[in-house]
Amino acid sequence: MNFPYNAQSAIDRSAWVVEAENLQKTFAWTPVLEGVSCRIGMGEVVSVFGPNGAGKTTFLRLLATLLKPSNGTLRLFGRAPHESAVRRRLGFLGHDSFLYPDLTPIENLTFYGRAYGLSQVEEQINIALEQIGLRDWGNTPVRTFSRGMEQRLALARALLHDPDLLLLDEPYTGLDSRGVTTLQTTLARAKAQGKTVVLTTHDFALGLELCDRAVILHRGRLSWRSAGPLPSLQEFVAIYHLVTQSSARRTADCGLRTTDC
Amino acid sequence: MWALLWKDVQLELRTKERISSLFVLALLIVLVFVLALSPEQAQGAEISAALLWVTLLFAGMLSLQRAFLIEQERSCLSGLLLCPFEPSTLFLAKLLGNVLFLTIVEMVVTPLTLLLLGVRWSWALLTLPLVLLLGIVGFSALGTLFAAIAVRTRAREVLLPLMLLPLLVPLLIAAVKVTAALLAGTDWSGVWLRVLLAFDVIFVVTGWLIFAQVVRE
Repeated sequence: MNFPYNAQSAIDRSAWVVEAENLQKTFAWTPVLEGVSCRIGMGEVVSVFGPNGAGKTTFLRLLATLLKPSNGTLRLFGRAPHESAVRRRLGFLGHDSFLYPDLTPIENLTFYGRAYGLSQVEEQINIALEQIGLRDWGNTPVRTFSRGMEQRLALARALLHDPDLLLLDEPYTGLDSRGVTTLQTTLARAKAQGKTVVLTTHDFALGLELCDRAVILHRGRLSWRSAGPLPSLQEFVAIYHLVTQSSARRTADCGLRTTDC
Repeated sequence: MWALLWKDVQLELRTKERISSLFVLALLIVLVFVLALSPEQAQGAEISAALLWVTLLFAGMLSLQRAFLIEQERSCLSGLLLCPFEPSTLFLAKLLGNVLFLTIVEMVVTPLTLLLLGVRWSWALLTLPLVLLLGIVGFSALGTLFAAIAVRTRAREVLLPLMLLPLLVPLLIAAVKVTAALLAGTDWSGVWLRVLLAFDVIFVVTGWLIFAQVVRE
């Protein structure tokens, strides 16, 4: 398997975009994330893998400032996460599109563009729609879109304000092969521009293709991280199954477990 | 804030769900009351004032719920919370939206109600829109705050009136008293108007200050 985008040169680890220390999140007394610590540098692409219920979405929503940690500290771009200056630099693509179904793509993107205080928003919208292949659908209500089309539009929404940190929660969901190519091209462009990307996915091949680092979340803990060059797909699959099928103790005994990425 | 307000107006222009349901509900309430009351009862200024505010209350409740339901679909509220404006801006936009839609409804329903109740014309009636606006602002401010809480619960249709109505009592009493005085042609600019104004200020400032705590987790 060829991983053409794994060049490390653009990463600036002296400027931490994400600094999480012992992050914990509990919902109704049920711990979802436990003691996650990580630092992610400027220009770095990190893929987060893990089985359902591992805490991937919670982790990303914490980074997106949509949730507050129950414990631990989080700093984004060296600042407190709830500052509006920080939110301006975040782009988040979640399970839901955050798009108004009764508005058209142009109306949705115009609204978000104005909300982010963008000038020349029309021009940026035209470029965005062209890039995601929805230029001919600009005046059609989003309610009529397929899941994949809405996902592509949601990606355009997340990228519209040119964020420095892109958080993508299972971005390949619902995309056809053309959509996947569009997304991969967009992510490659973001990486080339020095943007930081954190994405969660169940697709090992796609997730490994773009990332500089891979981590595995399991039962709310950061159970494994890649150190140095990424493993091959086959090696990673073996590691993943070992990590996710082991008990926490066995994983630790195997020397795989770490609390820092 | 204007982008948020314009988005709500755009959605309403597209679907017309909010205004149309508010009109139908308000007209039905007025008709039911007019038919239920005897002509002598209906001509009382206090009854007319109470009917105006009960209509506005029920229509307003519907409007408040709709204001946040449109943000629930596709989790748009999360999208708004990601934007680099303070949540208090969202509060002001939602408040203005509610005031706008309720004012539009009242512009039609109020003259019709007064006509059906046989309220006699006087120049003092020209100030009625101002009193209604003051009441709508206070109602919408507190309602926006509680609608943001209620919309995240499964029992939102029940929870919103249960939370909102007890706290609205002083504002409603003041609004009915001022409206009744106005319809009766007596002095309406006394203490109840000041109470109405005071609760407007309290509800708007409280909502503006604590809305961020309410909408964020």
